[in-house]
Amino acid sequence: MVPQRFGKPEAGPIQVRGEVLAVRRSGDYHVLVFAAPGVAEATAPGNFVAIAVGGQPTAMLLRRCFSIHRVDTAGALGGTVEIVVDAHGPGTKWLVERSVGDPIDVIAPLGRPFSLPKDPVPCVLVGGGYGSAPLFMLADRLRERGCRVDLVLGAATESRLFGVVDGRRRASSLAITTDDGSLGTKGRVTDVLDRILDDHGGQVIYGCGPMGMLAGLAKVARERGIVSQCAVEEAMACGVGVCMTCVLPVIGSDGVTRMTRSCTDGPVFFGDQVRWESVGTVPPDCLGAPVSAPGDGQR
Amino acid sequence: MSNVVDMRADLASVTLPSPVLTASGCAAAGRELDKFFDVTAIGAVVTKSIMVQPRSGRATPRMAETPAGMLNSIGLQGPGIEEFINKDLRWLRERGARTVVSIAGGSVNEFAELANRLRHEEGIAALEVNISCPNVESRGQVFACDPRAASSVIHAVRRHTSAQTPIFAKLSPDVTNIADIAQACVTAGADGLSMINTTLGMVINTDTMRPALAGITGGLSGPAIRPMAVRCVWQVRQALPDVPILGMGGIANGLDALQFILAGANAVSVGTATFNDPSAPLRIHNELAAALADRGFRRLSDAVGHAHREEGESL
Repeated sequence: MVPQRFGKPEAGPIQVRGEVLAVRRSGDYHVLVFAAPGVAEATAPGNFVAIAVGGQPTAMLLRRCFSIHRVDTAGALGGTVEIVVDAHGPGTKWLVERSVGDPIDVIAPLGRPFSLPKDPVPCVLVGGGYGSAPLFMLADRLRERGCRVDLVLGAATESRLFGVVDGRRRASSLAITTDDGSLGTKGRVTDVLDRILDDHGGQVIYGCGPMGMLAGLAKVARERGIVSQCAVEEAMACGVGVCMTCVLPVIGSDGVTRMTRSCTDGPVFFGDQVRWESVGTVPPDCLGAPVSAPGDGQR
Repeated sequence: MSNVVDMRADLASVTLPSPVLTASGCAAAGRELDKFFDVTAIGAVVTKSIMVQPRSGRATPRMAETPAGMLNSIGLQGPGIEEFINKDLRWLRERGARTVVSIAGGSVNEFAELANRLRHEEGIAALEVNISCPNVESRGQVFACDPRAASSVIHAVRRHTSAQTPIFAKLSPDVTNIADIAQACVTAGADGLSMINTTLGMVINTDTMRPALAGITGGLSGPAIRPMAVRCVWQVRQALPDVPILGMGGIANGLDALQFILAGANAVSVGTATFNDPSAPLRIHNELAAALADRGFRRLSDAVGHAHREEGESL
């Protein structure tokens, strides 16, 4: 019943020169399609890519990380990869301004993917905004295993939803929530989650989206005694595990909380591993936390 | 082409086959980067500064991108010296990587304890003594900003380290006269000098209208600080002509590395560039070798400090 923790050993990431095949709009977002030899075959749902931005030379040093939306191993150009980009800063704007045929420097697949249940149990997949990007590939994998898949998409407003049409095709049911009621139920995904779990007997919740939403999913799962797996969106500098930027407090199998990298130890965590209420802080009982209360305002 | 240049680099009593090393804090302990390039092919892996006890580091956000650079406030997160020796150092040794262990302490005694604990471990090419991390609890007391404090730490580490293991003092650029600090470290027993650590900086998030980092201030790194680093290497080479220097600060390609060598560095560390290109250290080794060959150098060592020659003086 309970999915095996990290059953699939991490496939090694590779750095490749990719080629842009298409950039298309989807609501407030862009979908970037690129060829990246060797990546598609090695990708599992929940993996992410780190892409260099700005060309060479650039003043933007840090790669931008995106969860992988879709892969196609049978393309004419070898494997192709799709990501969803919210172009809100100079790096992401540069990326969506690429033309067909432009090269991009890609490192992928990165991170630990979602674990799949051994048994064909009903699963509820919840995406916040463009956090839904990896859930469609996940839905396919789950259905191949005989799992029923129900999907919940939530966002601030209709244009910030991603994958509504896709979702209708791939899931047994689709529920939509928007904060402003512009589409679907007015409210948050957690407002409809209990009903969906009750109606379809969901045994696993998979989620990807903002921290607050994931904390809500994990809480619902805990209260029901079911499993949740959450892909976190932490700011990263390297994506490959060397910079120690993207940490959050996570409880290890030994019961000890550590500041844990979301790039190599995540981005997918079991909901009960993450100290959601403490994200953005160092909990006092975390391994190696400062002993004395910092009264100097310099934390 | 490039293999005609003898790339061996002398750092005190140690000779490395390549003058390009990783930079402390930008390579963890080498294992993650080994997926992207052969870590035994570069000069050495310089490990993230290790402390006596496990350390959580600071709260997030820990990072902000800046023009041609980044600001970080990690706060020396690490597993503590025991786990480091049992896991990281062991992996590096078994992998056959040359290793420079960076140590950081909150007091002179902690530095001494670290040196003592590492004294009988095999597979350590050198120690780098991080007396200049800007992300420490009491930021007013960065050892490398005071010649006496720097001297006390280096003296203690030297006393607890085998004479065969060179120790490098890592210096901060945030001082009035870096050559004074360098001299104090050498007098106290440092075999060489690493420079520069990050320089203290700050970013305000204009949306939240609060500091961008949870740690408020952070260390600035990347090409933005390269001219400052080259200047520091130049000044210290002038003041101390015979002391080995490991140069670092914003090196992103072979010509950047060459600037440091010409300014007087015997070898270089590649740090922030690794976040953009995980195989940057090996790439930069190859680019540096080609750049030296293009300029007619047969040996890397002939280029060290070459920019200090009188105008018109040839190779």
